[in-house]
Formats: sequence, C-alpha cells, structure tokens
Amino acid sequence: MKINSEIIDLEKPVNLKQLLVDMKYNIARIAVEKNGEIVPRSTYESVTVSDEDTLEVVSFVGGG
Amino acid sequence: MKIKLNAKDYECSCGSVYKLRKELFDEKDLIIINGFQVSDDCAIREDDELFIIPAGKMPDKADLSEMMCARHTPHVHEAVKKATVGIAGLGGLGSNIAAALARTGVGRLVLVDFDVVEPSNLNRQSYYVSDLGLYKTDALRQQLSRINPYIDIITYNERVDGGNAADLFRGCDIVCEAFDNAQAKAMLVNTLYEKMPGIKIVSGSGMAGLESSNKIRTVRRMKNLYICGDETNEARQGCGLMAPRVLICAGHQANMILRLLTGIEDV
Repeated sequence: MKINSEIIDLEKPVNLKQLLVDMKYNIARIAVEKNGEIVPRSTYESVTVSDEDTLEVVSFVGGG
Repeated sequence: MKIKLNAKDYECSCGSVYKLRKELFDEKDLIIINGFQVSDDCAIREDDELFIIPAGKMPDKADLSEMMCARHTPHVHEAVKKATVGIAGLGGLGSNIAAALARTGVGRLVLVDFDVVEPSNLNRQSYYVSDLGLYKTDALRQQLSRINPYIDIITYNERVDGGNAADLFRGCDIVCEAFDNAQAKAMLVNTLYEKMPGIKIVSGSGMAGLESSNKIRTVRRMKNLYICGDETNEARQGCGLMAPRVLICAGHQANMILRLLTGIEDV
C-alpha cells in the first residue's frame, strides 16, 4: 500500500485505527484520505486497509 | 476605439495614455492601465481599462471605489468580488489573511473567533495596542472597513466546534483554517469534509521559530485540502511564533485562496 507516497507492504488487511496507532500518529491531530476520499473520524475503527489502498495522512502542527 | 475610462465607456482617438491624460486631466495625475500603474507613455488598445486618478486629492466615496478597483487585476477582481471566503481563527494567520483578502477586494468575508485581543497577540497579529480587550471580530471588522469599505464582512464571536462549524461557514466558497491549536485544525478539516463535501480548505501548519523562509510552501495534500507551512515547526517552548514567518504563511494561504477563486487549482 501507499501512505503519503511511501510504499509499504501489507501482508494482510489491517484496521485503519490500529495502523495509525502503530505508525505513531496522534489521532486527534490528523485527517485521513483513503483512495481520494476523506475517512470520517468516527469510522477509523471500522475501516480496513489492504495492500492496494492509498492513504494520505495529514498531521497538523500547532501555531498560527 | 472603445475603451473604459474611469469605469465608464469612452470613445478614444488619441492613441497613447499620455496624450489622453493631457487632453482630459492634469499631467501629475496617476495612470493605471489594465490594473498596472504606468511610469512611461504607452499605446492604448481597444477594450483597455484605464483609470486616471487625480494625484493627492481625497476622492469622494463612489470615485474611491472605482479607484481601488483600478488597481485590481481585471479578471482577478471579477472573480473575487463575488466570492465568499470563511476564516476560522483570527490570530496571526487569520487576521493577516483577512487584511490581504480585503485589500484584494474579496467580496464577502466570514470571520470567526471567540477571543479578545491580548498583549501577547501584538507580536504577529494584525491588531493595535488600542484594540486590547476588544473582541477580535470587532477589532478586525473596524480595521478592514478602513482598508476596504466596499466589501461585506460577517463576524461570529463564537468558538468553532464540530457542532457549529458547518453552520458558521455555510455558503462559503473556500474556508481558510487559521487556528493556533493543532487539534482544532484537525477538528475543522474533519468536520467540514464530513458535513460540507466538496468544500475547499486552505490550512496553515508549521510556521513557528526561525527556520528558513523557504521551508514554508503550499502543498495540495488532499483533493480539496491545501496546506501552507513547513508542516514541521510547531509552536512550543523555545520555538515561538514571530511575525515574519507567520506572515509568510498567511501570504501563502491568501494567495492560494486567490488562485482557487480564479479557477487555478495547482499550487
């Protein structure tokens, strides 16, 4: 699969929330697009990511 | 030939801007042709938009409106004057972005913030000592009306949250995310994409500290999400927010908004 243009191998489909936690993303500070569509926050736990998917994860940093 | 002179149709036979000025105005008066102020004589072509503005005189209100429009690049002005842009957060980013968009003649601004102007804001935000204690919405409205009295300004003195964001920004062509807090930034983007599908968001992320100006850039991170900033340098102890980088980021956001309003989707 691709995440922010980087290719990683997924041996089997994984749960999106678990993947984000494993990759050390702070869930409260991100927005996620899967295959070009925004993923509602409330569905992270029920969305599955497989090897052919493309994810864009934007992490916001504070200051303005 | 047919031209527009000071916003009115005019049949022009004199060929060059200096000749026209000599015929109708004073030679000290300012000439703006197609949004550009000329310093040398140049030819007049069919359909040119020309403004000749009396130097050093305080114009009346109707004339002032025309003169301000004269400096806007014509096709840009047409596109932005009918646009509505929402700005979420009126701090270092939002207050400066609002001023830039008002100067460019964006027709309607929806400005939202719950906070009052404090001394700690003055190092980077577009407020004055005399604004201390005022709601940012009120202080900014006052300031923008002095910059450009011919745009609509709508203010909401409210804290934006998941429950009210879509209502506050309903009707906006673009929403500019200009919060200080990272979680609030993520909340706004997530909420608007869920409740206002297709809305374009221009967000600021990463402009603290003294890193290079050139690390601040505009990227299209999602189909409808543009991020301006270095995406790294967070405001924290020892890495504060200062006017120059905050204004660079605000400039990126304001320019991306103008590009989108004129139909340019590339960064």
